Amino acid sequence: MKHRSPSEQHHGKKPRVPAAAASASPQDGMEDKAPSNPRELTQNPLKKIWMPCKNGLPEKHISQRKVCMTNCPTLIVTVGLPARGKTYISKKLTRYLNWIGVPTREFNVGQYRREFVKIYKSFEFFRPDNEEGLKIRRQCASAALNDVRQYLTEEGGQVAVFDATNTTRERRETIIQFAEQNGFKVFFVESVCEDPDVIQENIVVSVKLGSPDYTNCNTEEAVEDFMKRIKCYENSYETLDEVLDRDLSYIKIMDVGQRYLVNRVLDHIQSRIVYYLMNIHITPRSIYLCRHGESELNVKGRIGGDSGLTPRGKEFAKKLSQFIQAQSISDLKVWTSQMKRTIQTAEALSVPYEQWKVLNEIDAGVCEEMMYEEIQDHYPLEFALRDQDKYRYRYPKGESYEDLVQRLEPVIMELERQENVLVICHQAVMRCLLAYFLDKTAEELPYLKCPLHTVLKLTPVAYGCKVESISLNVDAVNTHRERPEVGIKTHTLSRHTTSTDPLFARISFHVLSALCKHSCS
Amino acid sequence: ACSSVPQFCNSPTVIVMVGLPARGKTYISKKLTRYLNWIGVPTKMFNVGQYRREAVKIYKNFEFFKPDNEEAMRIRKACAAAALKDVSAYFTKEQGQVAVFDATNTTRERRAVIISLAKEKGYKVFFVESICDDPEIIAENIKQVKSGSPDYVDRDIDEAMEDFVQRIECYKASYMPIDDEKDRKLSYIKIFDVGSRYLVNRVQDHIQSRIVYYLMNIHVTPRSIYLSRHGESELNLLGRIGGDSGLSPRGLKYANALADFIRSQKITDLKVWTSHMKRTIQTAETLGVQYEQWKALNEIDAGVCEELTYEEIQENFPEEFALRDQDKYRYRYPKGESYEDLVHRLEPVIMELERQENVLVVCHQAVMRCLLAYFLDKPADELPYLRCPLHTVLKLTPIAYGCKVESYFLNIEAVNTHRERPTNVNINRDTEEALQTVPDHV
Repeated sequence: MKHRSPSEQHHGKKPRVPAAAASASPQDGMEDKAPSNPRELTQNPLKKIWMPCKNGLPEKHISQRKVCMTNCPTLIVTVGLPARGKTYISKKLTRYLNWIGVPTREFNVGQYRREFVKIYKSFEFFRPDNEEGLKIRRQCASAALNDVRQYLTEEGGQVAVFDATNTTRERRETIIQFAEQNGFKVFFVESVCEDPDVIQENIVVSVKLGSPDYTNCNTEEAVEDFMKRIKCYENSYETLDEVLDRDLSYIKIMDVGQRYLVNRVLDHIQSRIVYYLMNIHITPRSIYLCRHGESELNVKGRIGGDSGLTPRGKEFAKKLSQFIQAQSISDLKVWTSQMKRTIQTAEALSVPYEQWKVLNEIDAGVCEEMMYEEIQDHYPLEFALRDQDKYRYRYPKGESYEDLVQRLEPVIMELERQENVLVICHQAVMRCLLAYFLDKTAEELPYLKCPLHTVLKLTPVAYGCKVESISLNVDAVNTHRERPEVGIKTHTLSRHTTSTDPLFARISFHVLSALCKHSCS
Repeated sequence: ACSSVPQFCNSPTVIVMVGLPARGKTYISKKLTRYLNWIGVPTKMFNVGQYRREAVKIYKNFEFFKPDNEEAMRIRKACAAAALKDVSAYFTKEQGQVAVFDATNTTRERRAVIISLAKEKGYKVFFVESICDDPEIIAENIKQVKSGSPDYVDRDIDEAMEDFVQRIECYKASYMPIDDEKDRKLSYIKIFDVGSRYLVNRVQDHIQSRIVYYLMNIHVTPRSIYLSRHGESELNLLGRIGGDSGLSPRGLKYANALADFIRSQKITDLKVWTSHMKRTIQTAETLGVQYEQWKALNEIDAGVCEELTYEEIQENFPEEFALRDQDKYRYRYPKGESYEDLVHRLEPVIMELERQENVLVVCHQAVMRCLLAYFLDKPADELPYLRCPLHTVLKLTPIAYGCKVESYFLNIEAVNTHRERPTNVNINRDTEEALQTVPDHV
């Protein structure tokens, strides 16, 4: 079979590999090194990661498996007429990438245009013969690209989503050159759709749900204007071409996901993006998230473990069954973890359910089944470290929220594929899933409120997600532990001074004040 | 009613290959079958060429495949029908979930037959078409694979090549690729030029989505994958399982020997992966190159048995110990994992190994067994007993339809950590019987 050498992966034209990425990898220079004495290893107290160190201090070089394996940042460029879902895709993709840990930001050129041209008059702005309009639009695109460059080179961004129509080959060529100059990889996402119903629906969404352009018109006028706007682009639209654009990396999404054309996926992150885009859909549906009913360990104030439901927990399970029936959901899938308390809860529903091991609660390692007071007693340093960075903190011989997100990714992917689903899970797990749907940051995630005996109904709407919180009126202990209010450095009750270095800080022991009455996980 | 494994598909799925000869259909079929079985989806491949070889004992020449050869046509149709019958039997009597129907299936007529059979029986159909017109790739395919085919066992390479080229011509005239317009209701993926472009239409369910993702990540660029365990650890010496100890002096020696070995292999662009456990990282440190730590590569979690010796496990958890011997693949340690869980968590590693080229994976015994089982197509009952001794590097190189394995013992002594299945696996067995196969330790 043909050997594709890394630099010669395409037939014909040379690939547009950014100069910055083509550097030789460190491994190539291995030949002449003498056998080295292994460096000392030290374990980061927060994340429990083993890293090489010198004189007790960690060396810079740690290579954690990150999702984005490329050294060069990636620029995702949307392509398509208005009302083809480009902004929907941009926002969703950005949310997903951030959740899995790839710093991503979207740049919507329309927004730049709105800031420039304070008041939108009519579609005439978009007429191809409107020189003034064209000039402004070009400037806005440039301004956006400038911000892209800053985000990717100076602000630690890994992926930028450039959301605009980008319907001419000329515009795309400009972007490609920009990327090449800056050492970014480019991946195009084109949305092609001719279904008039879908387009109509999209327009209504853009228009009704508060596009700033149409705040002062009624819906009918707005829709009419929008359709004329689309017409302005149609004549000059050059779709990505199988032949002319054969050296570009892209996915062409046709008819809202019935069909995809995928060309030259270059690396891991592009492969993940393609997989994600091919799994999402827009069929209306709802996702129900709830925790298991109150458990025996919950009432004892102990975290983790695998206990059964209390009588109140069983009451919740019954009420949940009634609630679900009342919702009259068609074709509901029910998922649980493999822990007794979620399964007991699902059993009350008397419908088939699937057990997922990856939905198990966060593993608290040596702290499993302990009360917060006991953790404070036996592992005060650990307890404090957790409060310092609850998202990245890993329990000794256990997991972190960051680990949880990674193990929940297949659940999210399958949730995207599915329609109506009820997920019966656990506090930390539910926080992770919720953070994905509501686009919460890593800092907020571990403190999201997910009380027992409450169902969250999530319904995708426009660019986001509607949340309805339904308490089933069965009492339960509170297991939510707030972020301790006082900072580590300056707390008045602290008994030790601290250094800011998270690796070797001696931490002040004030956390008792942050414990809630019934301290549970 | 519940299931403990996420249901990938309720109705069985028939994957139907489409394409002229020498387009990689059998390569894809075998690889896909291997992957699906590894992730736990019972899959079987049905190669119509094999049925034909059984019906027509001796292959004379390409004339058999001429479109006007009525006798042959009859035989070929019968073979396809027989294969389809076996597909049905696989689904209904053997609990198969996926069948890969490997044949050219180059006419709409033939595909229509399959579609109507599937409809009648309630099977889903997913087409995988491989399209390639690069004469170099095709010539290379023919050379690598066809010259070794039972059809050409008595002929030299050039004869075989010539005859095969004529064979392909026989199919070309009647070849009707899947049509994007006429076949827009079908579910399929078209692979162009060994993966530089794909067209995907109407993915119906989870398993088809996983298949598409897999097919889009594999490549055929030559490369090698090196698998090794960490050097001997302190806990290894004591005969204790799990834990997070450092390397023993011999283990450190191995790390240095590994560095020498890797250097001597002169590998271009080698990626090095370790787990998050100290012993694999210490081993990789001596290589003096960048390495990535994957939590997914951590050793199997032995739960309550972590850091115990087998003797202690027998003493404290004799029933667990016996249950493990009864079904080592599915057995889950209390508060720990099973090999089955391990496979599930290693799937992203396999996917990334498929995407990569030269990689060295420094891992652990159970993990290495799972990865090896994937590359060497070992079933679940053999997987937990694959031999992965310390201080030995396995070099895996894909060739033809399989994988060449070269084993390098780097001449540094180490304890044996391999425990064979004892004769008596009954929970009533006595201590001696339970500990029959425990390897020596300090």
